[in-house]
Amino acid sequence: MSAPQWNNKVVKWVDDRLPVISMLHHSAYEYPTPKNLSYMWNFGSLAGFVLVTMILSGIFLVMNYTPHTSMAFESVERIMRDVNYGWLIRYIHMNGASMFFIVVFLHMFRGLYYGSYKAPREMLWWIGILILLAMMATAFMGYVLPWGQMSFWGATVITNLFSAFPIIGDPLVTWLWGGFSVDNPTLNRFFSLHYLMPFIILGLVVLHVWALHSVRSNNPTGVEIKTPQDSIPFHPYYTIKDLFGMGVFLIFFCGFVFFAPDYLGHPDNYIPANPLVTPPHIVPEWYFLPFYAILRSIDFTIFGIPAKLLGVLAMFASIVILFVIPWLDTSKVRSSKFRPVYKWFFWLFVVDTFILGYCGAKAPDDYFMGVPGLKVIVMGQLSTLYYFAHFLVVMPLVGKMERPKPLPASISESVLKEGANA
Amino acid sequence: MRKFALTAIAAAFAVTAFTGGTAKAAGDAPVPAAQDWSWDGIFGTYDRAQLQRGFQVYKAVCASCHSLRFIAFRNLDGIGFNEDQIKAIAAEYDVEDGPNDDGDMFTRPGKPSDYFPSPFPNEKAAAASNGGAIPPDLSLMNKARVGGPDYVFGLLTGYEEEAPEGFDLADGKHYNHYFPGHQISMAPPLYDEAVEYTDGTPATVEQHARDISAFLNWTAQPELEARKALGIKVILFLIVLTAMLYAVKRKIWRDIEH
Ligand code: HEC
Ligand code: HEM
Repeated sequence: MSAPQWNNKVVKWVDDRLPVISMLHHSAYEYPTPKNLSYMWNFGSLAGFVLVTMILSGIFLVMNYTPHTSMAFESVERIMRDVNYGWLIRYIHMNGASMFFIVVFLHMFRGLYYGSYKAPREMLWWIGILILLAMMATAFMGYVLPWGQMSFWGATVITNLFSAFPIIGDPLVTWLWGGFSVDNPTLNRFFSLHYLMPFIILGLVVLHVWALHSVRSNNPTGVEIKTPQDSIPFHPYYTIKDLFGMGVFLIFFCGFVFFAPDYLGHPDNYIPANPLVTPPHIVPEWYFLPFYAILRSIDFTIFGIPAKLLGVLAMFASIVILFVIPWLDTSKVRSSKFRPVYKWFFWLFVVDTFILGYCGAKAPDDYFMGVPGLKVIVMGQLSTLYYFAHFLVVMPLVGKMERPKPLPASISESVLKEGANA
Repeated sequence: MRKFALTAIAAAFAVTAFTGGTAKAAGDAPVPAAQDWSWDGIFGTYDRAQLQRGFQVYKAVCASCHSLRFIAFRNLDGIGFNEDQIKAIAAEYDVEDGPNDDGDMFTRPGKPSDYFPSPFPNEKAAAASNGGAIPPDLSLMNKARVGGPDYVFGLLTGYEEEAPEGFDLADGKHYNHYFPGHQISMAPPLYDEAVEYTDGTPATVEQHARDISAFLNWTAQPELEARKALGIKVILFLIVLTAMLYAVKRKIWRDIEH
């Protein structure tokens, strides 16, 4: 932990006055990391890489984008057609948003599987949830900017949700819009906030990494670092591993950017926004679909609380509940690798989120996967129920009842054992 | 844990494949059959001759109702016209300009930098001439409909003279297999010999439809060829780079039991 001695005079001069170099050395070089991390630990650095990519591509987009209802759509098409490599910048930014969510969702599922939210990592987990919320807000507002049909109608549907709150609802929505409908003032403020939010995310990421470095990384065994043999310095071991992961990820990312740039988007957003024509199906971007399904699945009132308000509350609750899982999970063991029962529930939960995503994409009255008699809305309700049951019932009960497999005494021991078995 | 990582990567592919697919499969109209297009696949490129035939169809038929507002005459170099040809094409159009020094608007022959003039002065005029329906701008049509070129091709060849028995076709509407709801305000725009091709290609409705759909794919994605060409280089580079990074990783980790 002691500050290293710098040989280079300039480096030493700077470091004596502002120890940034020591800090970087400490946190990106010697940071002791468990030696058994799997590739599931690559997604954090990938998320950071995508964030930087989004900020850079975004800054170049802004140079040619016009946040006005009468020009936004045209300005995006100008970027696509007349700006040098504008299509590349825009497709990177557009697909980058999807990549960001893919990477972050995998990062979170990793955390869920290996119990990375448990003590002492609660704050780290919380900051992660805040990042997710900020990302959702950013992506939602960014999607409004090209001012296509889905931009406009998505913004209308989602902002309207706030009208579900009693008394303050309607004035709140008017205030959000800056008028009596989604219009130019809305576009302008969304643009301003869309530029701001990524930097808030950046700040949160700094806190996230800070928290990480004070509690250290979890690992596939869920057993903490105990002796120096359990860990290796971050550099060069994890710098090279992260770089390799980045290469694989970039191939995936570029596959979309260059060969299927509109695959993840909705065709309606290539129709300019028209407040007089409602698209037949208003569908959010894929990364919102599970939450959208939860929102829509509440089509009944409880104790006189209107369905719409309940839906909004359920949707927010589906994320807020993540804040308390460190206490809902009663198991003494972190990693699902040693939890023979919970492991299955984990995968069931993953499947459940996929089903929710599917339901979010379909009209409520469609049949689920074409199964006669099984309406999407019903399936959405069941999977919403299961979503919450996973946290509120499965986590506390399985933790109490399950008999975990014996844990290895240390990371080194588990590594040696696996090596012997291989 | 390796298994877990692999599963996760598989899941990433599954998410993208699945959501991309489900989010779009909406609506009640039948799905138009997938056609073979010259630009299909990783190496596919546009067929310049086909794009020019499609442009001919646009000019002769569609342009009387549909605008093409994101395309300037100068862009036509993308379908293989040279500067002189572009000047000549532009000059066939009257473009409104002004105001001049007297404060009057005037019309002059088009220049390469002009955009294609719209057939109607405004949406009201467009609707008035088309039984209340507005012919949409065609520049982005192939990106703005599920199915893209397959849909446009299906639409143009999917008319039926008589609506099926029991179908209540409104006045001034035409029955079309692929239009949502089947009632479209656009009369079948194509007929055999609608334009005469100079390259001897048979001028059938189907051929016209194929060519205009290809042309509209170019108007929607003029960057397609540059995009794929760059993409191939980028991906090849990344594969080599990633392989090398993997080798270095192996080497660095060689002595670590993990
Ligand atoms: C006589 C005027 C007219 C001509 C000529 C014409 N169209 Fe149309 N087109 C229309 C109108 C009107 C609509 C709107 C139809 C509706 O909404 O019911 C339309 C709609 C369309 C649509 C959109 C359908 C949808 O899914 O919304 C496409 C694509 C299209 N036309 C292509 C063409 C092509 C290609 C040509 C040339 C071969 C052409 N049109 C020629 C009037 C015309
Ligand atoms: C957390 C990072 C970010 C996310 C998740 C995000 C997400 C998005 C999304 C989903 C879109 C719509 C894409 C489209 O349909 O074109 C968008 C557009 C846009 N974003 Fe971002 N963005 C981020 C950061 C930024 C930053 C930092 C800037 C500027 C500094 C920026 C500027 C823009 C602009 C100008 C557009 C509109 C242009 C366009 O539609 O292509 N974004 N963003």
